[in-house]
Amino acid sequence: MNHTSYRAAVKQYIIGAVLASILTLLAYFFVTQRITSSVTLLSALVLVLAVIQLTVQITYFLHFGADKKPRWRSYSLLFTTLMIVVVVVGSIWIMRNLNYRMNMSPDSMNMYMIDQNKKGF
Amino acid sequence: MSTLHETQLANQKTELGFWLYLMTDLMLFASLFAAFMVLRVGTNGGSSGVDIFNPQYALLETFVLLASSLSCGIALISARFGKLKPAVIYLVITMLLGASFLFLEIREFALLVLEGNSAASSAFLSAFFTLVATHGLHILIGLVWAGALLYSITKKGLQPRVLHKFGLFALFWHFLDIVWIFIFSVVYLIGGLS
Repeated sequence: MNHTSYRAAVKQYIIGAVLASILTLLAYFFVTQRITSSVTLLSALVLVLAVIQLTVQITYFLHFGADKKPRWRSYSLLFTTLMIVVVVVGSIWIMRNLNYRMNMSPDSMNMYMIDQNKKGF
Repeated sequence: MSTLHETQLANQKTELGFWLYLMTDLMLFASLFAAFMVLRVGTNGGSSGVDIFNPQYALLETFVLLASSLSCGIALISARFGKLKPAVIYLVITMLLGASFLFLEIREFALLVLEGNSAASSAFLSAFFTLVATHGLHILIGLVWAGALLYSITKKGLQPRVLHKFGLFALFWHFLDIVWIFIFSVVYLIGGLS
């Protein structure tokens, strides 16, 4: 922090903000203009842009490159990322599988739940 | 000499501790994101994401929060370089933008509830309100913190202790912006696709 000038430090933040704005607008236009009809592909694109923006903000706003050794911040972030992937992907996977194995249309599922509610839990 | 070194060491420890708190907070948000992704289809015959999300409005919220994050960074740099006046001005701008963001969000919630889309309407809306309101609550806490910071800067000047607290606040504020990027992408953009 002491080796850089005030202007250079502020410039870092401005570069970060400009990059973040571009990435946000890109994701916004991808979705509003529907550049592809595939919802899966579009969702994946938006997610990729969000992850790029995450790295941009971590670099320019949180100055991750300047982390001192031992890099505890990076290690904990890496571990957290692993936990997040387990929780999010795991939940989606399991609940999808569960839905599939219930083998019911949304309407019959609704009727079933109403019946269950009448019986009381 | 040794006391200075000790303070630095203590500050490094608090910073790491605060970082670890942010990581656990991230896990809290991750579980709420997972709940949203799973329950997004459970609309109970009511409104779904396509009906209620306005991407333009969410884009406005995103830019207000990004501007707030930028201004917070500039305020921190100014404080570290001993520039009291810009530090205070940019911190006030940060707070105003944060408050505007919160206002936009509360207005959005109020309109949704008035249209009959409250958190009690469906699993989808419960998950939506819980996720977004948890973020909003963090913003509110951040605003209170920024106010306390502003008070101690004007009262005590740019002392090392105050600077240290400023650094922690900036970390928290940037973190909230990063979480919002994912709310914008996952909830408002992806959630608004059929």
